[in-house]
Amino acid sequence: MSLLEVKNLQVRVEEREILHGLSLTVNPGEVHAIMGPNGSGKSTLSHVIAGKPGYEVTGGEILFKGEDLLEMSPDQRSAKGVFLAFQYPVEIPGVATMTFLRTALNAQRKARGESEFSTPDFLKKVRSVAASLNIPQDMLRRGVNVGFSGGEKKRNEILQMALFEPSLCILDEMDSGLDIDALRVAADGVNALRSPDRAMVVITHYQRLLNYIVPDFVHVMSKGRVVKSGGKELALELEASGYTQFDDAA
Amino acid sequence: MNVVLAKTETAHASSDILAVARDRLPGAGKIADLRRQAFDAYARLGLPHRRIEDWKYTDLRMLMRDVLPLAAAPDAAALKHAATALKLHAIPGVRRVVLVDGVFAPSLSETSDLGKDVGIRTLRDVLEAGDAALHAQLFAPENSDAMVALNSAMMTDGFVIEVADGAVIPLPLHIVHIASGAAPAAMFTRSLIRLGMHARATLVESYIGAEGAKAYQVHDSLLVAIGDGARLDHVRLTEDSREAFNISSAVVTLGANAHFNTFGMNTGSLVSRYQAVIVVAGEGSRVETNGVNLLNGRQHADTTLFLDHAVPNCSSNEIFRAVLDDRGHSVFQGRIIVRPKAQKTAAKMMTRALLLSDEAEADNKPELEIFADDVTCGHGATTGALDESLLFYLRARGLSEKEAQALLIQAFVGEAIESIVNDDLRELAIAAAQRWLEARG
Repeated sequence: MSLLEVKNLQVRVEEREILHGLSLTVNPGEVHAIMGPNGSGKSTLSHVIAGKPGYEVTGGEILFKGEDLLEMSPDQRSAKGVFLAFQYPVEIPGVATMTFLRTALNAQRKARGESEFSTPDFLKKVRSVAASLNIPQDMLRRGVNVGFSGGEKKRNEILQMALFEPSLCILDEMDSGLDIDALRVAADGVNALRSPDRAMVVITHYQRLLNYIVPDFVHVMSKGRVVKSGGKELALELEASGYTQFDDAA
Repeated sequence: MNVVLAKTETAHASSDILAVARDRLPGAGKIADLRRQAFDAYARLGLPHRRIEDWKYTDLRMLMRDVLPLAAAPDAAALKHAATALKLHAIPGVRRVVLVDGVFAPSLSETSDLGKDVGIRTLRDVLEAGDAALHAQLFAPENSDAMVALNSAMMTDGFVIEVADGAVIPLPLHIVHIASGAAPAAMFTRSLIRLGMHARATLVESYIGAEGAKAYQVHDSLLVAIGDGARLDHVRLTEDSREAFNISSAVVTLGANAHFNTFGMNTGSLVSRYQAVIVVAGEGSRVETNGVNLLNGRQHADTTLFLDHAVPNCSSNEIFRAVLDDRGHSVFQGRIIVRPKAQKTAAKMMTRALLLSDEAEADNKPELEIFADDVTCGHGATTGALDESLLFYLRARGLSEKEAQALLIQAFVGEAIESIVNDDLRELAIAAAQRWLEARG
């Protein structure tokens, strides 16, 4: 069974249709890159998979591990193993990062009928993951993302990914706002999480990120559809020729 | 014409209360006269209503309609109910004095090993003894506010707490007000706490109702005198029954280089009003007032603060947060006066309301009256809903809608709660907030 099956998805925001029949199949262990110009619907796809309010699905379906994802609340999707790494992670003043991580992890475990993590086990786990991502301890005591640099925010997303151990990771424009060093640290963190049980969907505007996170498949989106799919070499082609060639195809 | 009628009715109804209760109120002679004067003032004014500016948002004629008769002194059954209610709210290890239905309950109190630096007497004993200076202090609040006047007239019990010069009292003193629920009635209490020079103490006040206690009325007042160089930390938690009324007043006076840190949280009562006058009378003093209202259903809570900067080189900081669900109504009136001599005053006030429902209402009324020219004063007020993008982020991480809201609400009130210095008391306030959140379901 495929991990994620998006079939002929049609999505509206307010009165405007953004996705016009998008299909995508992702199997465990695969890394898919979704590329495309601004406004092609890449982020809309990630938001709809995560369950963000404000999007109206007017046609098609999304199956996750064979279940109807669109019937689930965002927290149910999270407990089932869907993880969206946000393009712009929000700042939550007054909620310490450590408290947030623990509340979230235990909420997911509770929803799956698993026992809550004990404090020492939790702390040990967070510390070791944080260390591997160069996240200093004092960052974990601060409010969630409050005063974090762009790179720190992205690393905090990857920290959560490592802690929650999702089966599907969607990385929405992970490279936006990162310099080359920050990008390398973040990409190393992501690569460390690649596994035969876990799939990743990497959404990006630029090919650059794919030098660090090498995909198995590349899909080009334009005007709300996948217009071309191929292997990792497709990303290089795009880098050379740009997106304009797909304008007519869409 | 209607106004006059309403006033007459209130005055008429109330005069019965005093007449009926007179034999049970402590103090004769001069004290009886002072009660009479206060009562006459109250009878003239009647219950406050919306045309009195200070009470604009809390019209007691509409909300309370009338003052209930004085509660009966608690019997054995009432004390037993109160003891059960106390269990949830007692702070382990602290010295505690308990008022049940407005009457001191020694059996529920714990005052052992207070030491020679702290004196506690009941208001009843003080009013029946002959200390004229102390009597004058207890009757110092003016009769210009109807509810203060009513409290002066009817005060039945409470405590006079005196902390000696230089004494540092490590453990908090806890005054617990419990309504036993025997019958709908009113309790009238007044306490006075006086800190000597360079003394340091922590006072906690809790207001609770025993199971089954419903539409009772709490009428309380607190008089505080903080000596030169002294510091009082004050925490006030109102968790009265959801049908109860709590009308409380405080008058606080600070000497020089004194420090008053106060925190109030209101999760109970149908209608509550807390009005405090804080007079910064000595140079180099500091005031921090922090408050939280957590309201739902049809709860109405009014916090009215008047900060009086009379002398130079003092500072005050007010932080207030309201979280309102259903038809909850929160009122915050913050008046700061900086008198002509009070140069170098730094006064700040920030109030924020979080509306969880379209029908909730938050009224913020900041009033700054500044008569000195070399001061730093500012105020701000915001009202809004929970941020949707934050809610989605938390839900995408596995928190249910209620869990996500609860976490953001805790963060919202956190800044005010953080102001509590004592760890145990901060935990107590957090626990009260959590009880409110859990009751939301």
